[in-house]
Amino acid sequence: MNRSARIVVLRLAGALPTLLIVALAAFALLEFAPGDAVDAYLAETGGDAGYAAELRRRLGLGGTAWERLAGFLLSLATLDLGRSVVFSRPVVSVIAERLPNTLLLMASTTLFAAGLGLLGGMLAGARPGSWRDRGLSVTALAFLAMPSFWLGLVLVVAFAVTWPLLPVAGLRGLTAPPGLAAAVLDTAWHLVLPTIALGAGYVALYLRTLRAGMLMAWQADHVRAAQARGVSDGAVLWRAVTRPALLPTVVIAGQNIGTLVGGSVVVETVFAIPGMGRLAYEAVTGRDTPLLLGVILSATVLVLAVNLLVDLLLARLDPRIGVADA
Amino acid sequence: MTMQRRTLLAGAGAVGAAALTRKARAQGAPMPRSGGILTVAADTEPRNLNPAMVASNGVFYVASKVIEPLAEMTTQGDGLAPRLATHWEGTPDGRSVTFTLREGVSWHDGRPFSSADVAFSAMRLWKPLQNLGRVVFKALESVDTPDARTAIFRFSEPTPFQMIRNAVPGLASVVPRHLYEVGDIAANPANTRLVGTGPFRFAEHRPGEVYRLEKNPSYWEAGRPYLDQIIFRVLPDRGAIAAALEANQIQLAAFSAVPLADMERLARVPGIAVIPQGYDGITYQLTVEINHRRKELADARVRRAIAHAIDRRFVVDTIFLGYAKPSTGPVPAFDRQFYTADVPSTPFDRRRAEALLDEAGLPRGANGMRFSLRLLPAPWFEQTRQFGDYLRQALRAVGIDAQIVNNDAPAHLRAVYTDHAFDLAIGSPVYRNDPAISTTILYESGLPAGVPFANQYGYASVDMDGLIRRAAGTIDTAERTALYQSFQKLAGTELPLIHVAEFTFITVARRSVMNVANNPRWATSHWADTWLSS
Repeated sequence: MNRSARIVVLRLAGALPTLLIVALAAFALLEFAPGDAVDAYLAETGGDAGYAAELRRRLGLGGTAWERLAGFLLSLATLDLGRSVVFSRPVVSVIAERLPNTLLLMASTTLFAAGLGLLGGMLAGARPGSWRDRGLSVTALAFLAMPSFWLGLVLVVAFAVTWPLLPVAGLRGLTAPPGLAAAVLDTAWHLVLPTIALGAGYVALYLRTLRAGMLMAWQADHVRAAQARGVSDGAVLWRAVTRPALLPTVVIAGQNIGTLVGGSVVVETVFAIPGMGRLAYEAVTGRDTPLLLGVILSATVLVLAVNLLVDLLLARLDPRIGVADA
Repeated sequence: MTMQRRTLLAGAGAVGAAALTRKARAQGAPMPRSGGILTVAADTEPRNLNPAMVASNGVFYVASKVIEPLAEMTTQGDGLAPRLATHWEGTPDGRSVTFTLREGVSWHDGRPFSSADVAFSAMRLWKPLQNLGRVVFKALESVDTPDARTAIFRFSEPTPFQMIRNAVPGLASVVPRHLYEVGDIAANPANTRLVGTGPFRFAEHRPGEVYRLEKNPSYWEAGRPYLDQIIFRVLPDRGAIAAALEANQIQLAAFSAVPLADMERLARVPGIAVIPQGYDGITYQLTVEINHRRKELADARVRRAIAHAIDRRFVVDTIFLGYAKPSTGPVPAFDRQFYTADVPSTPFDRRRAEALLDEAGLPRGANGMRFSLRLLPAPWFEQTRQFGDYLRQALRAVGIDAQIVNNDAPAHLRAVYTDHAFDLAIGSPVYRNDPAISTTILYESGLPAGVPFANQYGYASVDMDGLIRRAAGTIDTAERTALYQSFQKLAGTELPLIHVAEFTFITVARRSVMNVANNPRWATSHWADTWLSS
């Protein structure tokens, strides 16, 4: 078996217990939270005793916690996520609606953060200790320290209210523009502010990680050897310093994508983007167990998939990875 | 005025309309202009949008433009403006109410509206399924439809016509029988894709993004509505709502969607108006709910002491920034039918509070405190939470140590109304324009645990229960009103719960939106006369 296939098999074998643990933890979380889906609903509507009883009967909230757990595990085994209580629709259809928005935001944020962060990291790490390095590092720290909801609101006030250049909210205009190209542009236009708000902190993370890696690399023997051999400065910077320093940033990218597929409640709320983060929040406040489980499970699957990809990518970047298992 | 004008317009047609508009212009009112898209902020997406099944403000906000009630609240005349019904009359024995229905109304799918739709809505939705109708219409036995324009409601027990009248705007939304008569009503697709008779048709719902309503070109009122579309934009963040208003990306935010603290700043933005009117018909009451199972709180002197410890003026000025009124009792002052100011009052007086607590045998202990208790502020409004913080301090000043317990909505509901795991709670019941609909339920005993926004307080008074029963069975309007005034007095004497303030909501809108807040349930009414100036 070759190295990549081995990594895939090992990771998938490890994924099943992870999924089960996550599912059970989510189930327990909502079982132990006081109040059920009907309490959450009655908070908005009120209603007499018969009304509450009728709602509970309809939603299948009767029985003991063990019976509910058995039902839940059964539906999990048959890959049926059930019906959302809050939305009165199959969980799969609700998630299918929200997931693309979160994936879109995740992709644009990762591209933005990695692009800008790695560029900045290289500029800073090329000449550690220079004024350029200090300026970039301090700016990065400042972005890292800004809470994303605050940055989001500031961006909205600046670029949507004071200078009305960009839309305040959503991922598309209220009226669909004609043609695919226009629709893509429209969505890209809407993505600008949320991407910056969500990505600013990650830019700093990439920048500082790459810079730190490069700082270490400059002192490595192979760099001095290359310099002594008379390899050009550009080639040293790119091949001897930057490439080994990229490894930890790939690991960080993998972890960040994992966080991002869960959605960002804060940024999705500020920019009114119907994504997975808001969905998870709505599921918890509505005590919607099937929906929350659906959200958590789909996020878990995505995280595991992204981790797998990262492992494969690392194996490609560093020939030593995966050999020990083989 | 509005009501007569509207009735006239419907009858007199275009000629009358032109004459009236000329008159309006002569009086200095701007001439309404047709067209335009009104975009407004929405913060919830109810799973069931059918107002005949779920009477709640979140549902009405969107649904009231599509599905109409028999009549709507108005500040003019006798308080009811015609919608699907043009006339209503009760018999003196309280056994029947006759509604005369509007001619020439059709559903959005083209089918004609008739008394059969009213009978079906009442018997199959309002009475058995609706959160509020289950109580108000419980004695409804049948609805006779001698012809397509007449619906006669027959009650098995005498039911006050006054209560039915007061219930109609909120509880009597009519849905089309032909779409609901087959299959499970609760699972009907029309519960989310509404079909009604209203000025706007339901066009689309993109979950998490927008509801879009389109002008109904064959609306029964000629020349209405003015707007081409209403778009409800789902904006969960309150800061973003304020920004969207400033950027003119939305033109209106109702239900105090913008934080009170931002109002003052927004009011100074050119082109934006802060409008505190238009919600009297959905007044909320800030209350201290008291668990009488706790022995200290079962003593009326202790409850009175707590009431004396609260500075209602401070609450109104500081927590509500003036956008509220101090309460005197269980009926808000807005209600001209039932309100009486002649009730025992508990003015802010800490010395009196301390004297009452001493008298009740609860002296200050070694740590300066008389006793301690759990205080559960409802999480629904920023004001209910802030008042919790205030009450804690106010009680500490008279020697009561209150520990705040914070919960989210379902946990709060469970703790207070099912488990009774509280000593004091902060609530905000809605007053639904008749004490029999929304208010006596907070005082009558014998309700099972789990009924929210009701007497789960362990309060049981023979006098109170007797008075409530007598009022519920009284048909004569004057006699009934007098009984509910006695009820307010008794509520002030026994003080089972403490009413602190009455508050409504605030609309923030661009000045280009015209005819805002022109009835007492404006945000939850049909907006047929709302228009946009250029």
